[in-house]
Amino acid sequence: MWLEEHPILDFSSKRPKLVKFYFEGKEMWGYEGLPIAASLHANGIKVYRYSTRLNRPRGFFCAIGKCSSCFMVVDGVPNVRTCITPLREGMRIERQRGLGKIDLNLIQGEAGSDDNV
Amino acid sequence: MTMSKSPAEIFGYSFPDIRETQLLIVGGGPAGLSAALQALKLGLKVTLVESGLELGGQLVKQTHKFFGSSLERAGTRGFRIAQELIKELTPFKGSGQLEVYLSTTAIAVYPERIVLLSQLSGKVFPIKPKAMIIATGAQERMLPFPNNDLPGIYGAGGIQTLMNQYGVKPGKRALIVGAGNIGLIVAYQLLQAGVEVIAILEAMDRIGGWWVHAAKVRRYGVPILLKHTISRAIGKEKVEGAVIAEITPDGLKDKYQVECDLIGISVGLTPTVDLLRQANVKMKYVAFMGGFVPLRDREMRTSQSWIWVAGDSAGIEEASTAMIEGQIASTSVAKWLGYISEEEAKREIDQLWARLGYLREAEVSSKVRKGLEEVLVTWGG
Amino acid sequence: MSKLSNLIPPDEQVSFWSGVLDPESNLDLISVPPEDLWREKRAGLVVIECPQEIPCNPCHTSCPTGAIKVEPLTAIPKVNYDLCTGCTICVSKCPGLACFVIDKTPADYSIVKLPYEMYPVPKVGEVVDCLDRTGKPVVEGEVLNVTEPSRDGTKVIWVKVPKGFEMTVRAIKVKGGE
Repeated sequence: MWLEEHPILDFSSKRPKLVKFYFEGKEMWGYEGLPIAASLHANGIKVYRYSTRLNRPRGFFCAIGKCSSCFMVVDGVPNVRTCITPLREGMRIERQRGLGKIDLNLIQGEAGSDDNV
Repeated sequence: MTMSKSPAEIFGYSFPDIRETQLLIVGGGPAGLSAALQALKLGLKVTLVESGLELGGQLVKQTHKFFGSSLERAGTRGFRIAQELIKELTPFKGSGQLEVYLSTTAIAVYPERIVLLSQLSGKVFPIKPKAMIIATGAQERMLPFPNNDLPGIYGAGGIQTLMNQYGVKPGKRALIVGAGNIGLIVAYQLLQAGVEVIAILEAMDRIGGWWVHAAKVRRYGVPILLKHTISRAIGKEKVEGAVIAEITPDGLKDKYQVECDLIGISVGLTPTVDLLRQANVKMKYVAFMGGFVPLRDREMRTSQSWIWVAGDSAGIEEASTAMIEGQIASTSVAKWLGYISEEEAKREIDQLWARLGYLREAEVSSKVRKGLEEVLVTWGG
Repeated sequence: MSKLSNLIPPDEQVSFWSGVLDPESNLDLISVPPEDLWREKRAGLVVIECPQEIPCNPCHTSCPTGAIKVEPLTAIPKVNYDLCTGCTICVSKCPGLACFVIDKTPADYSIVKLPYEMYPVPKVGEVVDCLDRTGKPVVEGEVLNVTEPSRDGTKVIWVKVPKGFEMTVRAIKVKGGE
């Protein structure tokens, strides 16, 4: 559930665009630019992966990219820290089971400083 | 990874262009932001890297007004302090004096004083600063109890992030474990977000946080159970409840079973010191400061002459003191790089230490004071 | 399932070190106005429930008449009640929400002016539950005014309480919630 009414905070500026994404093939809506995990949680999804050895459910935990609890498979890439990875339109997000396999062809990207300051 | 190898040896190739900067600041929380501002005002070129999506660190999650004096922006809400600091940085960004990398993690430090940065996009690149301030903050501790890994059991800081930074209602009924300042504050913030708080559990015989923070939640009917803890969480795929136990001389005695879909763990923080360790900075275990922390001199300089530290990664304390430590570190860097004179630096640092002194004067800071005695050193030469 | 707060014995709920001031025995730890002045001072006088030394002084720096002093920064606030005008600026500024202005001058009731940062905000004229320091509803009260002296989100709610409840009521709850 998204917070709408709050005595101190106004979230409207952080929610510029509602976009469609897919969780385990199911269509969901979330806010572009906010972390994937936030939109999943707001959609009631709390289990993000199953642990490697004991197959235990894992969800959100530290929220700052430090703990590995929220690793998921995003557009085919495993071990994505969904708590600090922004949601983009059309993303396909799956629960991760175990370690996941890395497709080396998917690794790319350019360095660039951000203009959000 | 061993410290004796250079990136070229490890990766089998040399990086095409190694960016250079005067001051690299790792971490865009209160310590890093205030370090950046100070350094920029003194004329340095600064590169600031932040692993998260936005600057501000823990400040952006705080709805309460900050304590301290007007010099620490007391009376202003934490998230507003972050907005103010970021606004003050903006002109320096325009002039090219400041470069900010968001979603960027410093993952390695090499003896050649090269730092490897990893971006969310997958890009990894090196940067070579003349000086570095490590302001990587802290991470939350976990508490061992059966089922403590169930989804719905989050760090109290994690709850703040989800709720106050991203605007997600984290649950309907919450139980908080630990009555330090973070536990007390997150309970209050949950009430503000319309979440019921069943109780705050505290293992000690008194709250660990400030009394006024406890009074704020007590008057809305949130009990604080002293000498109580969680003995286990209940649930299969996610948390559905908890058993609360009294801590007695004979061990834990189960007392209440409650329904809840959210458990916030706030049993303390540990400094995030991975980079400091990689850089072979001299460390010491100091329980009063949250774990292993770097030895540092009065100017926040570590045993590696080009590395300074500030904020929670130097020892768990408050945002107010973190901001001052950031300023001290940058003043020292500016002196080292010749941007201000010895005398100017001394005067500035003495003033900043005077502020640290009065902020740490009260009984509530006695642990910090004791911890500092163990880590404050004078480097020879 | 019954609320946990109903299961906990009342004597275990009132403990200074769990954040509850005992109005019987802890009054020497806080700032309370002298009774004779209090009964006469229109607009009321401030009660500051800040019994622990912490580094904090916005009450001091925001007070327009210099009535509140925190010196040094970690001291407990001291109030010169001759100077206090009951303006409620400290009520809205205090980060610990520890300041309350209490007006005892009306003949049949008193007014507690308390800080409020919850949702929803009550309307003037609305009857709300008045809570004690443990959150227990002790009496109903009519909201006489809602102000925002610092214009920063912290409201000051003026609530009418019967005589005798001035040192008991410390929060309000809008009716109709859970």
